[in-house]
Amino acid sequence: MDATVQTIEAMERPPVTMASRLEGELLEVSMGPQHPSTHGVFRMNVALEGEIVRKLKPVFGYLHRNHEQIGEHTSYLGSMPYTDRLDYFCSMSNNWAYALSVEKLAGIEVPERAEYLRVILAELTRLQNHASLLGFLLSDMGAWGTPLMYAFREREKILDLFESLAGSRMMCDYMRFGGCRLDASDEWLARAKQIVDRFPEFLDEFEELILGNEIVIGRTQNVGKLSAELAISAGITGPMLRASGVNYDVRKVDAYGFYPRFKFRIPLGNHGDTYDRLMMRALEMRESVGILKQAFAQIQPGPIVNPKVKVRAFRPPAGEAYGRIEAPKGELGFYLISDGGPNPYRYRVRPPSFINLTVLEDLCLGHTVADVMVILGSVDIVMGEVDR
Amino acid sequence: MPLRNLEGKAAGSLDFARDDGAWMMESLDQIKSRIEAAVPGAKIEIVANGSPSQQDSLLIDNEHAVATARFLRVDPALRLDFCSNVTGVDWLDRVVKKTIKVKTVVEGVEKEVDQTTEEEIPGYLEAVYHLYSMTHKHGPVIIRMRTADRAECARLPSLTPVWRSAEFQEREIYDLYGIHFDGHPDLRRILMWDEFEDHPMRKDYVQPDDFEWEPTPHDDVLARAKHHYPPRPQMDGAEGIVEPLKR
Repeated sequence: MDATVQTIEAMERPPVTMASRLEGELLEVSMGPQHPSTHGVFRMNVALEGEIVRKLKPVFGYLHRNHEQIGEHTSYLGSMPYTDRLDYFCSMSNNWAYALSVEKLAGIEVPERAEYLRVILAELTRLQNHASLLGFLLSDMGAWGTPLMYAFREREKILDLFESLAGSRMMCDYMRFGGCRLDASDEWLARAKQIVDRFPEFLDEFEELILGNEIVIGRTQNVGKLSAELAISAGITGPMLRASGVNYDVRKVDAYGFYPRFKFRIPLGNHGDTYDRLMMRALEMRESVGILKQAFAQIQPGPIVNPKVKVRAFRPPAGEAYGRIEAPKGELGFYLISDGGPNPYRYRVRPPSFINLTVLEDLCLGHTVADVMVILGSVDIVMGEVDR
Repeated sequence: MPLRNLEGKAAGSLDFARDDGAWMMESLDQIKSRIEAAVPGAKIEIVANGSPSQQDSLLIDNEHAVATARFLRVDPALRLDFCSNVTGVDWLDRVVKKTIKVKTVVEGVEKEVDQTTEEEIPGYLEAVYHLYSMTHKHGPVIIRMRTADRAECARLPSLTPVWRSAEFQEREIYDLYGIHFDGHPDLRRILMWDEFEDHPMRKDYVQPDDFEWEPTPHDDVLARAKHHYPPRPQMDGAEGIVEPLKR
């Protein structure tokens, strides 16, 4: 038993040095935190031999504001708008993950219409996150501006929907414990349906333009390969995990919300390289469109919030709960401990993009500096969530 | 390596997953007894959770933690290969009051009397690991380890050699809670800067009296400003030619 484990571990672990500074005859370059393709304030200390990356140490914390401690000093509901600021591209998913955890902690049921609204909004979030990720990735590869603007045109339509529903484009603060804050009108649903119905046109065009592009293929195929074993051991989740061929999607595994009611497929990659990670987003968007169409057909009028949930003096019973959802970037979880008081005793965010960066060094070793930007782009990070 | 050709563009070049349902997982009692059989000397305790989430956890002893973790990961029925969430919790010293009904004989009559006992529980730091199985698609199994006390360099064994995903998260616990993980390959601060000295997520953490210079301090800020910046000393006697107004 032990012998097999040791071989797995020997294979997985890259050479790690204890020192934070890199040593040797290599050129040490600090990439970031103001580098345009580090997606915020992310820094990497890279040791280069010519153009080849020999070591890479990520440096975090430029956006650290101790979100978890603020959560422990605020009421349960008071943290809800602050979860928007974690992954500020996907505030609806963050809201849902937090609401789901508190509902587990306090044993709260959610009415049917609210569950459908949550699925609709989470899948719309996935559409706009993946579309803009592809745009940013192309931007990092040197297709400056144009693909990003194509993606942002679609994203803006979805953000308009969010604005007309929740009052804010990005900081939606929409979900509540046991439901949602505001009901969607029939007109809103009709408008959303129209946008979703037109979405595959954009996908066809975008895939035609980028996924078959010779330069994109040259820059991404066989770059930054991630094996399935390493991906599992390093806790990689989301499209990055599935690009390595591991069939694990929290929507299927945990069957939270109303996902068991929808028919959808989980795309899997064969190679685990950057191209597969890019394709994964394109394919997931098509599946999300399918889920949305089914949700629009199934949603019925009804209450949107559980009336038994106290808004003021909300005190879950003492205990703990870990709830998780499949956010666009991976498994987003909230771990809460209640001591029976109005504030959580412990409020922990499991940030998918932070943990997905665990293997950044493994992916980049042996590739050029230019590839580092592409690999980092395909990991899909948002610093609001990484640094918390 | 040759590049893949373009024929199966879009959907064709990737597979779709089959729906394979989740396995049923054993109960925590069964897991506990199997760990104790497989890891000689391991002391496992089930920590009950009063919340409706019903997520009970296993408290494992620090000495056999790595062996226990290996077992959980490798055991064919469990295969907990995915360590999702790793986090710290700080528990301060607390007094637990317990009320028990005791039957005593008062004046010849048997009565039930409430007897309150106070138990002092010394504080400790805790590391909590949420484990899932990607192979069998079950979970979570929650394991926790406790330090002996809340000292500055409280120690726990690192589980990073078993699950790589603990690498950054244990660094985060070290940074914010000050638990020193033995056997971690690269234990450094991760979110705070290297020169930072305290551990901000501890419950008794006091924020440093940082003060940012303000051009026009007033009210509370003025009081703090005076504390931080004593008035400029008279340099050459030219200051103070105007007497302050008497009110």
